[in-house]
This record gives sequence, C-alpha cells and structure tokens, in this order.
Amino acid sequence: MQQLKSVDVVIAGGGFVGLTLAKEITARTGLSVVVLERGRPRKTSDYGADMDELDYALRYRMMQNPAEETATHRHSSRASAVPIRQYGSFNPGTGVGGAGEHWGAISYRFYPEHFKLATFLREKHGSRLPEGVAVQDWGFGYDEIEPYYWRVEQMMGVGGKAGNLQNRRIDGGNVFEGSRSHEYPNPPHKMPYAPIVFETAARELGYHPYPIPTATLSRAYTNPDGVSRPGCAYCGFCSRYGCMIGAKAQPTNILMPLLQKRKNFTLRTGCNVRRIVHKDGRAVGLSYFDASGQEILQPADIVIVASWTLNNSRLLLLSKLGEPFDPTTGKGTVGKNLTHQVNQATRIFLDKPLNAFMGAGGLGMGISDFDGKEGVDAFPGVLRGGNIRLMSTGEGQIASFGVIPPGEAKSDWGSEWKKAALKWHDHAAAISTEAEHLAYRQNHIDLDPTYTDKFGDPLTRLTLDWTEHERAQGAMLTQIHAKIANAMNAKSGGANSRLLERYTVTQYQSTHINGGAIMGGSPESSVVNPWLQHWQAQNLWVVGGSAFPQNGSGNPTLTILAITFRAADALIDRYLKHPGGLA
Amino acid sequence: MKRREFITLPAKSLGGVLLYTLAGEPIRVHAQTGAARIPLRFFTAAEARIVEAACDRIFPSDESGPGAKEAGVVVFIDRQLAGPYGKDKYRYTKPPFVDSVPEHGYQGKATPRDIYREGIQNLGNFAELSPAERDQRLRSIENTQFFRLLRQHTIEGMFSDPMHGGNAGLIGWQLIGYPGPLMSYRDEIDKFHGIPFRRKPAGLAQLAGRPVTGWEEEKD
Repeated sequence: MQQLKSVDVVIAGGGFVGLTLAKEITARTGLSVVVLERGRPRKTSDYGADMDELDYALRYRMMQNPAEETATHRHSSRASAVPIRQYGSFNPGTGVGGAGEHWGAISYRFYPEHFKLATFLREKHGSRLPEGVAVQDWGFGYDEIEPYYWRVEQMMGVGGKAGNLQNRRIDGGNVFEGSRSHEYPNPPHKMPYAPIVFETAARELGYHPYPIPTATLSRAYTNPDGVSRPGCAYCGFCSRYGCMIGAKAQPTNILMPLLQKRKNFTLRTGCNVRRIVHKDGRAVGLSYFDASGQEILQPADIVIVASWTLNNSRLLLLSKLGEPFDPTTGKGTVGKNLTHQVNQATRIFLDKPLNAFMGAGGLGMGISDFDGKEGVDAFPGVLRGGNIRLMSTGEGQIASFGVIPPGEAKSDWGSEWKKAALKWHDHAAAISTEAEHLAYRQNHIDLDPTYTDKFGDPLTRLTLDWTEHERAQGAMLTQIHAKIANAMNAKSGGANSRLLERYTVTQYQSTHINGGAIMGGSPESSVVNPWLQHWQAQNLWVVGGSAFPQNGSGNPTLTILAITFRAADALIDRYLKHPGGLA
Repeated sequence: MKRREFITLPAKSLGGVLLYTLAGEPIRVHAQTGAARIPLRFFTAAEARIVEAACDRIFPSDESGPGAKEAGVVVFIDRQLAGPYGKDKYRYTKPPFVDSVPEHGYQGKATPRDIYREGIQNLGNFAELSPAERDQRLRSIENTQFFRLLRQHTIEGMFSDPMHGGNAGLIGWQLIGYPGPLMSYRDEIDKFHGIPFRRKPAGLAQLAGRPVTGWEEEKD
C-alpha cells in the first residue's frame, strides 16, 4: 500500500456533510483538509441536459451503481438476506455532492421533544412501550440545536413561514413546531393548484396548513458565505436531478464555490475509502482505492467519516472499530438503531387538470396536526405521528401514466386501460405522509456473510421490518388523508397501506434511512458522543444521519447538517485547543 | 459480421386523426409521414416484429389515438436492450441467486436481454395471430417478468424523450398534452390553476439547441 504524506484532516465522503465540515475547518483554521470522494466531479453546468425522466428518475443516473455496491436485506434475524439488486426503497447518491445533489430540498426541523424521545415517552407512557422499542435521547436539547438549524437555513436559503416565532404562534405557518429564533430567510414559494385545494380543505376541517419549507430558493438570494443563487424556475426536474440553475441548495453550488478557492482544501475524486486505519485506539488515517485501482493510505491527525448513512456503519464494521451490536444480548453499539420512515400515500383524482409537470422538490402544503408533542393523543397505541402533505414536485410523464381510479379498467394494458389512462392523466395527485420511525432492538446493520462488493468486501446487511406500531401510525394518518380527500371533493384511489405489511425494498419510500452509528450519553449505549466524536478513538468523528438514535418525521437533511455544524464547532473551538474526549 | 437488420415504421400519415386533448379541445396529432427504415441494434427483424405486435396490444392504436406502433416503441426497446441497461450494468448481478419473498423484487440471473430473447421465443407465431388471439396470449403471460418489462418499456417508449428512439414525432407527448421539458414556469405556476397549460411539445434537443443522447449510448 502506498503511504502518502500526513495531512491534518482527512474526510471520507464529498457530500453535504463532508464538504460542510471542510468549509468550516478550512475557513476557521489553517489546517490542511483532504476530502476523498468515490464518485466523479460535478458542477452546476453538468446539469444543463439532464431534463430526462427516463435516465435520471427511472434509471437512476445520479445514484450509486448497485452493480458495484448495494446492501442486502432480511425481515428478521431468523431469515437469510438477499441483495437489493436494483433500487429501491432508498437512493444512495455518488459523486461530488452525494445525495445532496439529487435530493428533494424539503427542509423540516425535528420536533423539540424528539431529541429527548426516550425521556419524553417514559414520562408520558411509563412502562407501556411496545416490545423491543429502543429509542434513546440524543444527548442535547432543542434549544442547543436551534442556532445550528438557523445556520443551515441561512446557508441554504430555506423558504417558508414560521408558525412559532420566539414562542409566538403565527397562523399560516406550522404552529406545532418548536420555537424559532428567526423567520425563514426566504418567503414561501408560489403555489400551484393542487396544494391550494388541499390547503382550503385542510382549513375547512380545522387543521393548520402551512407551506412546506424548502431549499429551492423562492427568490434570488445571497447567503452569509456570500454565495448568490437565482430563484427557482419550477421546471419540475428537481428530486433525482441536479439543478441546472443552482436554485436548489446543493453542495456543488453552496459549498464547492467556496472550497475551490481555499489553498488548504484538496478534493480527490474516484477514491473509494475501504478502511479506517487505527492503532492503539487512535485513528491513523483512511485507506482507499484510487481511480486506477491502486491502494493508498492517507494518514491524518484527525479522521472524519462523512459518507452516506449506511456506509458510515459499514466502514466502522469493516475496520473492526468498536463492538458490533448483537440484538440477542443487546451488547455492542455499531449497527444499532437502524431506522427508516413510515411513508404512506393516498392517491386522489381531481376533476381539473393539474399541470403536474410544473413544480419543485418540496413545493406544496402540509399539516402537522397529527405530529409532534400532542398530535397523536387521541389515538391510543400510537406513540408518534407524522406530517400530511400534498406536493407538486414535478410529475414524470412515464411514472404518472396509467394511474386511474379503481374500477375504470379491468386490466392495466390494452384499449380500455389506455382510454381511461388518457382521460385521467394529469388529474392525479397524492396526499402523503412521512412519520417518525421508532428505533427497535431487532432493526440493525451488520455485514453480510455471503454477498460482496466489487472489491470483495462484505455488503451491508439490513435487518429491518415494520411492527404493529408503524401500521397503527399508518392507519391513523391515512384516515386523515381520506378525510382531506373527501373535503377536496376528490375521487380517492385508496392508500398504499400494504407497504407497511412487510418492509418492501422494491418500492421507493425515501432516502431517509438513518442510524447505525448513533450518538448518545455513554459509550455503552452509542458509537459517538453528542458532538459526534468517537467514544474510543478520540481523533475520529463519525458524522451524518448515521448518528440519529431514531428517525423524526419529515425530511432529515436539515437536521443532519445542524448536527454537522454543531460537531464542527466542537471540533474547532474545543477539541483543537484541548485534544481529548469532549464532555 | 452480423447482418444488419431493420424495422420499418408505419408509412401512414396521422395528419388526419382528430384527437381530444386534456383540455377537451380537438387537436391534430402530427407524425412523421413516409416510412422510416431504422437499423436494429439488438433484435432480429423477426423479433422486432413480434415485440412491435405485442406493444401494439399493450398500447394500441385505436379510437382514443395512435399507439406504440406509430411512436416507434420497438426502436426504443431495441436501443435500451442494446445498451448497458439491457446487459444489466446497473443491477447487482453477483451470485448466489436465491428465490425470495415478493418484497425483495426480481432476484433472477437473467438480464433484460435474456428475458426478452426467451419471452419472444415463447410468443412463437404471435405476429401472425388475430388481435383477439394476441390479447389472449398476452393475458396468459401477464405475471411473467417478461411481460412486466414489456409493459413498463412500452410506456417508457411512448412518453420518454425522442432521443431514446421512441415517442416518434412526439406522438406520446401530443396525446397527453405534455409540452416537453421547459426551463421555467415562473410566470405560469400560480396562474394556471385548474386551467390546462398545453403548449406545442418540443424535445430536449430542441430546448438545448444541440444534439443530445441518452445514457444507452454510453460506451461500457
């Protein structure tokens, strides 16, 4: 193995997390930072000709190629796992910017009590928690993370309307959210037809609709770093695409323009990190294969693992760093508390055409009356809820063709079907939900004993299934979907409740799969401390959605970046001054 | 060297076919006139005729408008199969191949190319059958992976950008009133509320003002 000259900081992964850390460290210290990214370089001008549903939305042109590396899945420890051969219930990214290039830009905060969920649920329900529930506190409270949320919202230029500003309730925003120190940096977007119909119906029913916060700019904006971007054009090629004008906040348009100018920053693409090299309880560096297949060791004083969620746990497991979690004994920490999100959708049909090809990633209206602290109180057996929303994200013509109300055709092909499909095309929308997913002892990550990646290393194995609780969450929320659909005078196509019968890898749910290298209050219960520093190897930081003890409702990117900024502050302001375990 | 095989797309002009758009207004669908002889990349001419006949039953040319035949869906499928997708360059194909529960999806070894080759062979004299017999034959294979791919690819070939070989003359997009990719709806997004926005469609090449190619053209 070729050994390079040591640097101050080496980072695995050139996505949102890795590049945000690189931005902070290179701006505030003189340290040399090397980022290793497995994929290709990318930039805004690459996205000029990507307005193609087939290649990007259906063949996953921007995603990690599963032929080279995927994960395996099984429903329980008793079953044997098989590979996720094609996507998929989630879409890992690759290349500079990672999944932060193709994301949908929806920018929710998690609810205040979510950060102390174990304490909250114990106080509320005592010993009546369902079997296997393994939720934990994050190790800090909402008040501590709020300033970091605000920093991320400013960096991205999130648009929305506050519903709780300095503990003042403001109608028209999400009145159930935690108190904000500031109004959003940008106003809400212009709204298309379908979300307006949803909003009107939700208000009639006494709910509290709000515009969904999104990081596709609602107007031209210059962020505190001095990066200027234009307002969104609603072209509809957003989630699963890169933004060709840079209106959607992506690492390539808000981080790379700054980093490229810094002399202490180096980005190496085509470099696939395989191991965290460690000796006597300290990280020595990262070993990787470069684009030509050569194995290289990059030593560094500080090592940061900032790859995609599942890969963070995988790197720890492959590197034999920390004790793998054993669900039978409950011992070990690496791989525990794997969570996804409870996704439900109800198909609805409206009489008028929707022009659903117009849109943007998070463009739409939502309600959170059945989310947060008190949202589920009227539903016995449901511990946590979720949002309900209707979005116009830019409907693909292939994916949306053939969606017809039940009973309109006997088959899903042929003349009768075609006629109905043409009649209902561009009249279908979805009321959808993303609910919190509790952590369970049985849902975890380890290494697959059979299947390997292109280098011959074991794949990540996911043991994951839904329980009665998620089905109860789904039933609660889809019951509200039906009420709203009715108030919208929409024809209902029914909910996809079957999705919660068993975890299904073939159907996209969200890329919000989290946990595995979680943060917490002690080395016995977590992999990293609340500043995302590894408990044992103190010069190692494991940063990303992998650190979530359980998953919140809504999209996690804002929270991932808030804990990233908090980790950066701890590393720069405290660790560098007094290297050692933070407390 | 493999003999070059061709498929001939329909010669009949669709200029006279009257359709109703989503806006409820009558329009004329415009298609290329004159026969086009297109070289095949994967199928033999005989295979292409069978696939074309099958796609024509899935998305028929009928009183509700033109279908898969006029849109050149078979050309789209031929190119997809000839490219990296057809060879499973984007699917995890390491063994062991184990049957699993439906929630794990297709776990087989066969590539899209293999699945088509076998599926076409099993259709036998399909191209010579009557429409009713063809429907009956397709109904008998509805639950196969071959039919699932064929149905999905037919819709893809109808409504994907013409750079992929289907949606000839933008027939698919004209049928559904889709304008094709446009750079901006800033002025329309909050104005066309329940009112159809139906501009004359154009493909990505026209928007970009230069030739564009699909992923299937990428050399592997």
